[in-house]
Amino acid sequence: MRGYAGKFLDIDLTNEKMTEIRFDESTLRSYIGGRGLAARILWDRLGERWENVDPFAPENVLTILTGPLTGFFPGGRVCVSGKSPQSNGMVGSTVGGEFGIDLRCAGYDGIIITGRASRPSCIAIYENQVSIKVASHIWGKTGKHTLKILTEEGRRDLKANFPEYGELKEPSALYIGPAGENQTRVAAVMAKWTHGAGYGGYGGVMGSKNLKAVLAKGLGPLPEVKDIERLSELIKKADKECYKSHSFRRWGTGGGGYQFAAKTSSEPVRNWQDEWHDERSYAVDKFEQRLWVKRYWADYGCPTSCLKIAAPKTGEFKGAITDNPDYELQAFLGPNLGIFKPEDDVYLASLIDDLGLCGIQSGNALGFIGELYQRKILNQEDLDGIQLEWGNTKAFAEIAKKIAKREGIGNILAEGSYRASLELEKRKGMSLDNYAIHEKGMAIGAHGIRSGRDFTSDISYACNVQAGDHTSLASTPKEDENPELDDVLNDSGVYCNFNTFSVGTDLIWEFFEAVTGWETLRQEWYKTNGLRILQLQRAMLLLGGPDLKWKANTDDKNPKRFYDPLPSGPYKGRAVKKPSFEESKQEYYEAVGWDKNGLPKIETLGALGLHDVEVKLRKAQII
Amino acid sequence: MTSMGSRKRIWIARDYLKCSGCRKCEIACSLYHEKRIWPEASRVRVFMLVPGAEVPHLCVQCEDYPCVKSCTTGALSVNSRTGAVLVDEEKCIACGACIDACPGRVPHLHPIKKTVLICDLCSGKPECVKVCQEGNWDALQKITRSSWQIYKVHARKPEEITRELVSNLYGEAGEEFV
Repeated sequence: MRGYAGKFLDIDLTNEKMTEIRFDESTLRSYIGGRGLAARILWDRLGERWENVDPFAPENVLTILTGPLTGFFPGGRVCVSGKSPQSNGMVGSTVGGEFGIDLRCAGYDGIIITGRASRPSCIAIYENQVSIKVASHIWGKTGKHTLKILTEEGRRDLKANFPEYGELKEPSALYIGPAGENQTRVAAVMAKWTHGAGYGGYGGVMGSKNLKAVLAKGLGPLPEVKDIERLSELIKKADKECYKSHSFRRWGTGGGGYQFAAKTSSEPVRNWQDEWHDERSYAVDKFEQRLWVKRYWADYGCPTSCLKIAAPKTGEFKGAITDNPDYELQAFLGPNLGIFKPEDDVYLASLIDDLGLCGIQSGNALGFIGELYQRKILNQEDLDGIQLEWGNTKAFAEIAKKIAKREGIGNILAEGSYRASLELEKRKGMSLDNYAIHEKGMAIGAHGIRSGRDFTSDISYACNVQAGDHTSLASTPKEDENPELDDVLNDSGVYCNFNTFSVGTDLIWEFFEAVTGWETLRQEWYKTNGLRILQLQRAMLLLGGPDLKWKANTDDKNPKRFYDPLPSGPYKGRAVKKPSFEESKQEYYEAVGWDKNGLPKIETLGALGLHDVEVKLRKAQII
Repeated sequence: MTSMGSRKRIWIARDYLKCSGCRKCEIACSLYHEKRIWPEASRVRVFMLVPGAEVPHLCVQCEDYPCVKSCTTGALSVNSRTGAVLVDEEKCIACGACIDACPGRVPHLHPIKKTVLICDLCSGKPECVKVCQEGNWDALQKITRSSWQIYKVHARKPEEITRELVSNLYGEAGEEFV
């Protein structure tokens, strides 16, 4: 088999048992890796009792998987998954960096983690030496301090384990901050200070396993491929395309903070009460010229370098360090909180990184509480004495710290905006449904659908098996293109989807062929394999539980607010229209083999060899 | 070494502040030398001891070649045309003397072969520079070696360089994380 290291680590933290396992060629060919393979693994291990599995219980399975293109296609990533404490389904959540490369160089394509360690722990994978180490001294530490200690100790271990080699490069690390340790539902699995696998909430799952970090260091090469000459040419070709993209290279997604509001009117402003602003103060040049200390920052093999590093050197937020911030954090920790000052956004993003929070999920929870305060549904007393006016950066920072610590009001918000709204409804005796902007328990990306001018549509989130994830959206396939399965492919081959914008689908499939040698993979993917992954994810999402369950069709809806007209801007008055939304939804259901109620058809499951899924869904009385 | 050869010698200039950390230099180097993508078998390796402070680490060809002097088996020699340190894999016993002799601890052992790895300047056309230039990164540049430069001062350990970069990038805030 080409393109795979071949081995996976199966680690039971409860019993400190580590085994090497393999998947046969047909499994890997069908599910590829990353998100696809995670769907298979999770279904096999938890499917039978899915609805009863508490995502924070030891029995949840946390997967950290690469794919055959990790390290080969520009932009290295790794895919984290498990039963999600947000959607209660499974989400493929990827994070950039060198971890996946190091893991593959150590001889492993992925790690499957179950159980719960008896004390704070860290998994260290140095070549084929795998150990579970005590991490009590790092528990409680914030992101930058955590990584400092991990790097220092990792290098010391490497020197001890491989003394003859001279200086080895540092090991790569995935870790959690306090938000993950305290099992909030809005915590990310972090890397490199500023990167996070945010969607899904797997930081909290790591925390529930008492797992502070995973370190990997490989000395070997990336796996052998089918045709290395051709692969080298393809890398050159892909790089060349990406190098043409001037504005993306220069500004990354940082151009979004102003553009998506002023031009496409699709940015969350004050908890999505509006999606338009024309604050020139928030344009990317202000970030670039005042704050960026590194203007081109890239992960492994990336020609684009959409990352930049911001670090204010003067003023009250001096000392904060983060990336761009990227558009999502510009939006969710900026206009979404009524903040239009680059320095303030950088400070909040740096704080969120350090706490190990997901900027989207926690930013959404902050916006939600901000609106409740604005509407006087909650007062200063409800917020532990904090006055939370829009634009009050320090007040929002205080709430963020409370979320990470699950302290006071933060303990409620740590559940994410939707679950928090359910709790506060009980306390206040009123419906708060309108203010929790979510899709099946997850905050959606900062790309609204009302204006119709962004890349999203009215079914993007509503029908998405990944719920609110804006990097993989539901969309009805057209004759010769299937953007949704292309997104699933990116998460399963495990590489950066941002580099696919310039590269295009044909070249990606050439990469797969040069790496794996599987010539008909492309046809198989669109006909059966990709679709099968989608059905598995849908089944797990509909099974849901134990705290919340979603009804097909009824819950395939947009946040209430999106049916209200946009209040201002060039697209003032636009809203999602229910009849056309219902029509698009039916079209989508039909295309992916679901019935009118959004339930996978028996013949769809049968044709994909998912008889066991049918049996389970029947047993759970879903179909 | 002929005087003619010396004048034409090249050098790989490095500008850490421009390094994006894309590691394309590692990829190009290992593809050229090993026909694999192999980070630890690359003659140039990007250290990231602190995020944002990426350090492409490779031989600087010191004027006095302490590594060559330290070699007890005659495995290391200087190429008279390029000035690069060449490793005779037959003679190298992977004893590590050259690693300890190098002020920057640049040489390192091949992960599998029992031999040391040192940048050979790709016979005068370094692959790492090509790929860095393709991206307009300019972190690595091919320049003509000049007698006005003390190349040895560039041979420093990754942690030394990191410390300075971090101060430059982040000021006092960053120093806490080195």
